[in-house]
Amino acid sequence: MASNFLRLRKPYYVESTINCSSSSDQKLVNLSFGINETRDQTKKRQAKEHHGRRSCLDSCCWVTGYLCTTWWLLLFLYHCCLPFTVGHEMPELMPAARLKREGLKGIHPVVLVPGIVTGGLELWEGKPCADGLFRKRLWGGGGFTQLLKRPLCWLEHLSLHNETGLDPPGIRVRPVPGLFGADYSAPGYFVWDVLVKNLAKIGYEGKNLHMAAYDWRLSFQNTEVRDRALSKLKSKIELMYRANGNKKVVVVPHSMGVAYFLHFLKWVETPPPMGGGGGQGWCAEHIKAIVNIGPSFLGVPKAVSNILSAEGKDVAYFRAMAPGVLDSGTLGLRALEHVMRVSRTWDSVVSLMPKGGETIWGNMDWSPEDEHVCDFSKKRYFRLSPSDNNVNNSDAKQVFRVKDPVKYGRIISFGKAASVLHSSQLPTAVLKEILHMNASRNFNSSCGEAWTEYDEMNRESIRKIGAVDKAYTATTLFDLLRFVAPKMMNRAEAHFSHGIADNLEDPKYNHYKYWSNPLEMKLPDAPNMEIYCSYGVGIPTERSYVYKLSPSNKCKHIPYQIDTSVDGEDGSCLKSGVYFADGDESVPVLSAGFMCAKGWKGRTRFNPSGINTYVREYQSKPPTSGIKSTTHVDIMGNIALIEDILRVAAGATGEEIGGDKIYSDMLRMSERINLRL
Amino acid sequence: MSFLRRRKGTDSSKSQNLRCNIVKEDEKNNLYESPRKESYNAKKWSCWDSCCWFIGFVCSVWWFLLFLYNTMPASIPQYVTEAITGPLTDPPGVKLRKEGLTVNHPVVFVPGIVTGGLELWEGHQCAEGLFRKRLWGGSFGELYKRPLCWAQHMSLDNETGLDPPGIRVRPVSGLVAADYFAAGYFVWAVLIANLAQIGYEEKTMYMAAYDWRLSFQNTEVRDQTLSRIKSNIELMVATNGGKKVVVIPHSMGVLYFLHFMKWVEAPPPMGGGGGSEWCAKHIKAVMNIGGPFLGVPKSVSGLFSVEARDIAIARTFAPGFLDKDVFGLQTFQHLMRMTRTWDSTMSMIPKGGETIWGGLDWSPEGLSFNCGAKTLRNNSINNTDQIPNINLANMKNVNYGRIISFGKDVAEAHSSKIERVDLLHGVYMIIVDQQDSMKADMLANLTNCDIWIEYHDIGDHRIKAVADYKVYTAGSILDLLHFVSPKLMARGGAHFSYGIADNLDDPKYQHYKYWSNPLEMKLPDAPDMEIYSMYGVGIPTERAYVYKVTTATDCSIPFQIDTSAEGGSEDSCLKGGVFSADGDETVPVLSAGLMAAKGWRGKTRFNPSGIPTYIREYSHAPPANLLEGRGTQSGAHVDIMGNFALIEDVIRVAAGATGKELGGDHVYSDIFKWAERINLQL
Repeated sequence: MASNFLRLRKPYYVESTINCSSSSDQKLVNLSFGINETRDQTKKRQAKEHHGRRSCLDSCCWVTGYLCTTWWLLLFLYHCCLPFTVGHEMPELMPAARLKREGLKGIHPVVLVPGIVTGGLELWEGKPCADGLFRKRLWGGGGFTQLLKRPLCWLEHLSLHNETGLDPPGIRVRPVPGLFGADYSAPGYFVWDVLVKNLAKIGYEGKNLHMAAYDWRLSFQNTEVRDRALSKLKSKIELMYRANGNKKVVVVPHSMGVAYFLHFLKWVETPPPMGGGGGQGWCAEHIKAIVNIGPSFLGVPKAVSNILSAEGKDVAYFRAMAPGVLDSGTLGLRALEHVMRVSRTWDSVVSLMPKGGETIWGNMDWSPEDEHVCDFSKKRYFRLSPSDNNVNNSDAKQVFRVKDPVKYGRIISFGKAASVLHSSQLPTAVLKEILHMNASRNFNSSCGEAWTEYDEMNRESIRKIGAVDKAYTATTLFDLLRFVAPKMMNRAEAHFSHGIADNLEDPKYNHYKYWSNPLEMKLPDAPNMEIYCSYGVGIPTERSYVYKLSPSNKCKHIPYQIDTSVDGEDGSCLKSGVYFADGDESVPVLSAGFMCAKGWKGRTRFNPSGINTYVREYQSKPPTSGIKSTTHVDIMGNIALIEDILRVAAGATGEEIGGDKIYSDMLRMSERINLRL
Repeated sequence: MSFLRRRKGTDSSKSQNLRCNIVKEDEKNNLYESPRKESYNAKKWSCWDSCCWFIGFVCSVWWFLLFLYNTMPASIPQYVTEAITGPLTDPPGVKLRKEGLTVNHPVVFVPGIVTGGLELWEGHQCAEGLFRKRLWGGSFGELYKRPLCWAQHMSLDNETGLDPPGIRVRPVSGLVAADYFAAGYFVWAVLIANLAQIGYEEKTMYMAAYDWRLSFQNTEVRDQTLSRIKSNIELMVATNGGKKVVVIPHSMGVLYFLHFMKWVEAPPPMGGGGGSEWCAKHIKAVMNIGGPFLGVPKSVSGLFSVEARDIAIARTFAPGFLDKDVFGLQTFQHLMRMTRTWDSTMSMIPKGGETIWGGLDWSPEGLSFNCGAKTLRNNSINNTDQIPNINLANMKNVNYGRIISFGKDVAEAHSSKIERVDLLHGVYMIIVDQQDSMKADMLANLTNCDIWIEYHDIGDHRIKAVADYKVYTAGSILDLLHFVSPKLMARGGAHFSYGIADNLDDPKYQHYKYWSNPLEMKLPDAPDMEIYSMYGVGIPTERAYVYKVTTATDCSIPFQIDTSAEGGSEDSCLKGGVFSADGDETVPVLSAGLMAAKGWRGKTRFNPSGIPTYIREYSHAPPANLLEGRGTQSGAHVDIMGNFALIEDVIRVAAGATGKELGGDHVYSDIFKWAERINLQL
């Protein structure tokens, strides 16, 4: 080592002699060095030639070295001090530590069901451009570095087949199974980390804790067709049930995992080949409780803007994960177009579309959230406890009635006017007309290779849709989407349905496409099971959008975009083209809580056996990060939520942890919804 | 910024001359001293600056190279390799895909000892922040950072063989559990990659990861691992259209899977309750790789003194490192304390006693194994036929049967010439001198040794008695181990057995402790199943040891391999106190092949339904150069997992071929000759 060092030092000294000749008074130097032999003279002459390069390069090296050293020093200090600082926070971070002292012990096995985009994906077979990535992460963990290295290749491998919604030929990308070890989690990505840590504290480990990983890009039934994911989950639950002394499992789905698990509940009791053949009573026998976190039971409006234009204020699921990356020029200038192209091959996105149509989401002039107060800057929840909610809300109502109610029901409106005017003032529907025109659309568009389905559309009809002052509700929305993305909707509507069942006994509801829609399925016959809806409230959540035609009408451009110039006055719900309502930043309260608050409460036609439901809301408190945060993903680290989960896993019932806990207007909203039960 | 300003000032000032003078002087005197002298000149390019410069220079160069490396097309290393070694053959997966092979039977991997990763779920204070980090496998970073804490967490409870209180270390699950042991050190990864080439993926591959420190039955008691394997195999068969699984156990996994096959058909509560046809219904083939069916002599020296040429199970993986002072001066003792809490190490004590491993003057390999073969085979890989002819002349009988001998003379002398003092006599002496031994205990206390090795519980007399017995065969080894570490063997004896069954129908053989001993169990009733024994040959493998008593220092292990014992001639089997025989560097051929060659061949009492067995040997050829890494023709115990011929066999079977179609037996060693010499009732 030492000798190595010295050897490297040598060149430096040669160079530093060189430095001597750099002075302006060369003569003087020469004089003082006069006695030198000629060898030195030649050296100096050489040195002169090198003069300019030397100082620049050296100082560069110096600066780099200086920065590195400082950095390492700070890093070292940081590591030295870290244990102390963390030590102070630990007890607060770990509700489990406290509960363990209370004598709580994990009894029921726990199954975690991740949502969209939170599961890792790895490559099993790929094109030549993905050489050397075998069994490396494409999504999650280190996967996003591939996005930077070979963006187009990465996107190609994440796409699914345009028609089947399964693997494209020659590419196999598969979910990473199991509780992927902490070795693999990228900081801030592994959303389950805190929960898993807490569960481990009260005695959970591999044998009674399972992560039901599935490929979140596929439609739910296709995860079974391609990967046998549902069969695997069934076998795993049965095994854990048996291996832990016949203790029923507690299931904790998050976000889209909620819909996935609904699908599973129906699948498992349906006879093969369509179902898992567990028979009636499988759920009653194996499941104690389902603790839905941030459930998107009735869909999210975000999904609409995602499909229509791959944007939304903070939406585009991609961007949430790799912020800044997609907005910069990694993918050339057409980041959004690329995102759209890829995400439109994912059937699962369609499962997130608003369900229940106008009955749930409101029509042109009415919406269940009509009384919502938008002044999120004064988050009124702080000073309120659930008990005095009523009193204060009536005040709020008075204040509010001054203004016109926001027309949340119009999920997409073209132009601000369309979003505020009374419906009678809007032009009558022209979509049918356009559809008719489109039937004879000409394909000789000049765009060459079609990127998105927009390129296959008649530019004329695109403009027509956007030009008219037109608003779309949760029902008419589907006509619009079927028009702009016919292939995708064709494919996906074979797997998902978004309506409300008139008669649940109709045998058509045995088809799997209805299984993930809570309004078109019956809960299993399991009166002792419990269903929790746990979600954050008090954060502005996208609820409807104001759109405009995008300025450029060139090929390979998305023709619509959110009109970010549209703003309401202070305290308005409208900001940069988006109307906000109460929610957890991604899922509006309406979607998350309605089923537990009304649709399934008591014995209804959707819940014939009267499974107990509990609404557990968690209000956001500043600072809205860390352990008290209630945003869609961060809520997984919310200590109140974790405590609830731990208690349920340790055997508590919904009554014992306090029954319903509601801060939002959930109950009033659901009253206003006229759904036959 | 301030720096730059300073630089400018110095450059233009007259001090320039001064510096030049100094540098010149330096040049005249001594180039290496100059930095110090220069640092006198504080305003100049000081020592601190040159340090920065140096670091910056190194970093920049490093980054530049890294950048170049990353921008280099991935195919360049391959070009380079091909230029040097000639064109590479296709990996077997690619080759077989071209032949049209596709996924057929689901595949189950059963990793061996030490290759599976272990992670922390609950630990003591000192392991703060290591939640779900790998303690075993991966980078072994924690071993370096906090060795004592690490050893504490890796140990099991001394009495129960389960978790110590407050510590839960659990196996990593999934394929990641054992695909790589440490960074870049593949175990299953090559096989997995090749299987993926013909279409295998997560739903058709399953890694039956288990905690390899526990006794086999305890993995079920603590983690329900056996139930999990059963449920997973059932699931894979059900979801793949009723196609039976191909099981590929490696090393100790072989024994574990034997145990599983008995467990799954045994009725609950001891067994899995799968019924007597479970194996026939679910398993197509068991392809044992490097299986120590009858144990390995290495485990004896491991248990006896935590050494042997390369053993100490932990040492294999951090070679050179553990010999240094991580644990202070007591490396071995700490390792010994740790490994002795692992019941699984006892599953590999040689089984079958003298019948299999040879007596005092007899051993199956004794007459025909040629220890010089290794050097020869390296030079002429292709003409293995010649070897026996060349060297028959200078072969002499080696007493492999004496697994431990005290002194080289004893190892080579004829049994009639050895004077042995009976161990029982030794025990008697101890009872007589019990007071002495109590004194010895007190002495141990006085000298501040932790009493965690049982050696400190035993007195000098017992040590002397051990040495006086002089020679131990596979049968008396057990007595020896019982004698020197009674607690350990008492714990292990409840889970493992090492004998040969006289009557397999005896109801006592329904107990789980017999399930992993092929000589005390019947194979399941599954005539369509196939059993393969696949192992490397042509590497000298530890078979017997020459020991000596160490001059007693306070806290050391009283016995040591006598590394000074050499065989004399080049071809001798005795090197550094160890007698070698043919094998794969860890498992002798005898242990890996005998069951398939004789014990289970045809319809025997161990194999009542006549399950066909096949021996597939792979002759070892070391990698030709460094670029080949660990080689594609290796026969070494772990490296064989990258052997192309073996991988091809596995893939063919997974794609549906039978043993006959593979070509039946494929033997290089003298295993059949040795098997004949073993007098085992069938």
